[in-house]
Amino acid sequence: MTKLLRLLEEDCTLTTGQLASMAAIPEEEVKAAIRKYEEEKIILGYKAIVDWDRTDREAVTALIEVKVTPQRGEGFDRVAERIYQYEEVESVYLMSGSFDLTVIISGRSLKEVARFVGERLAPLENVTGTATHFILKKYKEKHLIFEKQARQEREFIFV
Amino acid sequence: MNYDTILSGRIQQIPPSGIRKFFDILEEMKDAISLGIGEPDFVTPWHIRDAGIYSLEKGFTKYTSNAGMSELRREISAYMHRRFGLDYNFADQILVTVGGSEALDLAFRCLINPGDEVIIPVPSFVCYGPLVSMAGGAPVYVELKAENEFRLTPGELKAAITPRTKAVLLPFPCNPTGGIMGREDLEAIAQVIRGTEIMVISDEIYAELTYGQKHASMANIPDMYERTVVVNGVSKSHAMTGWRIGYLCAPQPIVAMMTKLHQFGIMSAPTVSQYAVIEAMRNGDPDIERMRDEYDGRRRYLVEGLRRIGLDCFEPKGAFYVFPCIQSSGLSSEEFCERFLMEEKVAVISGSAFGAGGEGFVRCCYATSMKDIAEALTRMDNFLTNLKKKKARETEA
Repeated sequence: MTKLLRLLEEDCTLTTGQLASMAAIPEEEVKAAIRKYEEEKIILGYKAIVDWDRTDREAVTALIEVKVTPQRGEGFDRVAERIYQYEEVESVYLMSGSFDLTVIISGRSLKEVARFVGERLAPLENVTGTATHFILKKYKEKHLIFEKQARQEREFIFV
Repeated sequence: MNYDTILSGRIQQIPPSGIRKFFDILEEMKDAISLGIGEPDFVTPWHIRDAGIYSLEKGFTKYTSNAGMSELRREISAYMHRRFGLDYNFADQILVTVGGSEALDLAFRCLINPGDEVIIPVPSFVCYGPLVSMAGGAPVYVELKAENEFRLTPGELKAAITPRTKAVLLPFPCNPTGGIMGREDLEAIAQVIRGTEIMVISDEIYAELTYGQKHASMANIPDMYERTVVVNGVSKSHAMTGWRIGYLCAPQPIVAMMTKLHQFGIMSAPTVSQYAVIEAMRNGDPDIERMRDEYDGRRRYLVEGLRRIGLDCFEPKGAFYVFPCIQSSGLSSEEFCERFLMEEKVAVISGSAFGAGGEGFVRCCYATSMKDIAEALTRMDNFLTNLKKKKARETEA
């Protein structure tokens, strides 16, 4: 059944009919499986990947390395939870290596992001340090390439 | 100058492909969808492209040995063993060519004496007949039947054999039908050929694209190895059409002759491409699986979709074509394709372009995005519904 998940991960706009054909599963079973995946939070959601740089909406994304003192009995989870509750936070990952959490946040401006780090993130209890890296340009996300790809000049040939 | 008398009669006699005009119309059209071109829609996997680029950076830009780099022939040898259980010695049984097409051309030219007949099952890819004619041979066409899933039957083959028969061309998995020949099917054909001097030229360019069962090669059937030329290449398997690399595997005396001809006509296949194909052969198996899996999903969807809108369609188990029967539309294949293009802006190819037996069918290539396939199906449904309405109005009037 991971076949369905793989197909959906690649293109969640496929209809249940298309998924049924492609995975060779009856459509009713596809619907049931998707419902189950959604209930069990195996499928978390469906979203479009937008290149905001092509619109006139200003957006800034930053990747923040966060150092945290783990808490007795709860490790990093509780701090992570306190961070991911904020609307601005896109992603939070626990990392191996020289820092503990990667926090990705986006805001309308540099200032807005800076304010979030300074006023919300850094003062949190157990957060011992942050390093903010602004993302200058996105090249690829979720296997999708941002830049328009050049296309080979070609004619139709009979093969 | 009267070029009609200057140009070779033999080449002038070969009819041009009738599809050209059709493609010119398509090119001018906005929002057109093409299920017309038989080519992978994938770009060559990056690690393969990168190997080609790396060879250029290193300055590997000279000719290679005529037969192709020995490193590449070793990889092809290993690949043929690994994927199809076929054993060919890299030193004298493998020749690297400019696409599968050159390999076919060499095979015909090295085997045919003037007037020799080559049996060609049709509908099949358009190059076989003209190549046989150019080599001085006579193509003998055998019409494959939809009710046999477009497989060649021993009876059909027997009926086509004459004392002049030099070879049988086996185009499986088949463009345009998607038909394949399983091991038992090949065994039955071998039964007819055993004990004769008839050769087999097996065009296995789609060998990696079979669905539900593994490809069987004629060279793997007992007694057939010595009389089979296997033609293959990376165009379809690794999405490498533009690199122009094919290869052929055959008994040593045949490869020796072919290498001689290749040496005079071509010198050697492009060096940059050969380096890329070494990488493809060595590390490309996962790419094959990934692309095949993707094609398989689209194949199921297209077949089910065509059936749903009322077209008869046998399940193609190979290549990336579906070959539905359009006789219920009341149109000839050519009319169907032309009107479908003009009215709904979708290009499919008339089955009649692939020889006798193709009339009444059209070829739809599913090496294109699911979005396009879905849209093409919607438009096909529209087209058929409108046809029916028109017909009903005509009968009323």
